[in-house]
Amino acid sequence: MIGRIRVIAFNTFREAVRDRVLYNLVVFAILMVCGSLLLGRISVQIERLVLVNLGLTAIALFGIVIAIFLGIGLVSKEIERRTLYTVLAARPVRRWEFIVGKQLGLIATLVVNAGFMSVGFFAALLYLQHGFEAADRFLVVALYFIVLQFVIITSLALTFSTFSSPLLSTKFTFSLFVIGTFAEDLRGFGALAGGSTRILTAGLAYVLPNFAIFNVVSEVAHSIPVPGRLILFNSLYALLYATAATSAAVLIFDRRNLK
Amino acid sequence: MAAIETFRLAKSYKVGFWRKHEREVLSPLTLAVQEGEVFGYLGPNGAGKTTTLKLLMGLIYPTSGAATILGRPLDDPKMKAQIGFLPEQPYFYDYLSARELLTYLASLSGVPAGDRQRQVEKVLHRVGLREHADLQLRKFSKGMLQRVGIAQAIVHDPKLIFLDEPMSGLDPIGRREVRDLIQLLKDEGKTIFFSTHILSDAETLCDRVAVLNHGQLRGIGVVADLVREVSGRIEVVWEGVAAMDALVELGAETHSSGAIFRAMLPERSLERAVDVIRQSGARLISLTPVRATLEDFFLERLEREVDTGSRAASGEGAS
Repeated sequence: MIGRIRVIAFNTFREAVRDRVLYNLVVFAILMVCGSLLLGRISVQIERLVLVNLGLTAIALFGIVIAIFLGIGLVSKEIERRTLYTVLAARPVRRWEFIVGKQLGLIATLVVNAGFMSVGFFAALLYLQHGFEAADRFLVVALYFIVLQFVIITSLALTFSTFSSPLLSTKFTFSLFVIGTFAEDLRGFGALAGGSTRILTAGLAYVLPNFAIFNVVSEVAHSIPVPGRLILFNSLYALLYATAATSAAVLIFDRRNLK
Repeated sequence: MAAIETFRLAKSYKVGFWRKHEREVLSPLTLAVQEGEVFGYLGPNGAGKTTTLKLLMGLIYPTSGAATILGRPLDDPKMKAQIGFLPEQPYFYDYLSARELLTYLASLSGVPAGDRQRQVEKVLHRVGLREHADLQLRKFSKGMLQRVGIAQAIVHDPKLIFLDEPMSGLDPIGRREVRDLIQLLKDEGKTIFFSTHILSDAETLCDRVAVLNHGQLRGIGVVADLVREVSGRIEVVWEGVAAMDALVELGAETHSSGAIFRAMLPERSLERAVDVIRQSGARLISLTPVRATLEDFFLERLEREVDTGSRAASGEGAS
């Protein structure tokens, strides 16, 4: 079982690499080099703040775009091209193993991608600061939170991919990402409203993914520490949310006629 | 033991905007394929052959009925490790080479790491793809992809192999190679279930065949027994006077070459045809019985269905 999931995950990773997904790293590298060279000249005292904001936002944005665009095709593309016939029809591969393998493969792609970008980001920071500060360790936490966001987005895209077309899956996933980014505002709005609106917004706030809790870019840019409790809470939240979404994907895919 | 058993296996889809109507694509199907058999599953396009295969492969779920493969249910992973499947017009991960794809699928089938490479090389050699083994599949021709399809179906040395239209898209040489390969697999004791609409292939290879049309089983049995059900034909050759019109009226297909005339006619019309030829003053040269083929059986069944259908339609129209 584990072996089959690992094999499917590796093949998904290999597909992304051969489809030249990691070419985005070149764009990121150019952004970092230009950013660090320019920032040194145009900003005084706040070079670190600007570079951290630019670097972490770029890492998150590049990853989210890849997560959505690869995630929505994970299953639907396999059904459309009928490539999954040779995997599921006459092999001892269960449908849930296929889903989990595909998801882990995509997460691995995103982690490797984010890893390379992080190396570029820290290199630019080193060039700008001529060394690292103690507060820089929180940058690693911010990067970890970005990866947790990837995990949730991947599982959402995968779920939509099991029953919907790539175009609709993109719209659904992107919409949820945008709504989830403003999840705290939704809660605030609910608190201000009353009656059924309050119940509805509270319900939505619990069901929809809350991406706002993962955004600590501003804090780490200002060298504000990230509490350990938040790291634990966010890790559990991402794990539970991704598990729930992936379970939904498995349930839907398990019942589907693969015509 | 039966390698494949289906019991009233049926499939229908809900159609229409509100999905209120049901369209039956496979009527309750009961059949058994024995171990070691080469079983042909025949029918015109849209007969329900691929639907049956997809049901057996667990890609789609039956509306009713049940089936077992190698005595186990259709979703049993132990059974799945012992079967191979070539889909119709197979598609593969085109970013992989043939060797990479086969290694990938062999590992999913549970071929031990120690044997995997040897097994992959063996099947690459068997389907004649060793020279192109490291080429990405996106650069393969249709015929080469079909060979990859066959290779992936046998890479884990399965007991039972399902082939959906294995000769489709192949040139005559490729078709012969596939026929030889199926024969070789049969000699190794494998059970083969293959669907085709190319009847000569089925006639050459199959121990038994089933004929399907409009989702319904129309006949099942040994090829020789099935064709025996078709009324025989006789080739009559004569010299002198043509007498063609009278023979055509008796249901004959006629040809002429100079003063020599030939007619292919149903056995039942023989005596009257000979009378016609003699009365016209022609000299009878030969009478040769012609063995009925699977194609004759097939066409006769389909024609009978069309006749029954049109009679039923005219009956409904009259009432």
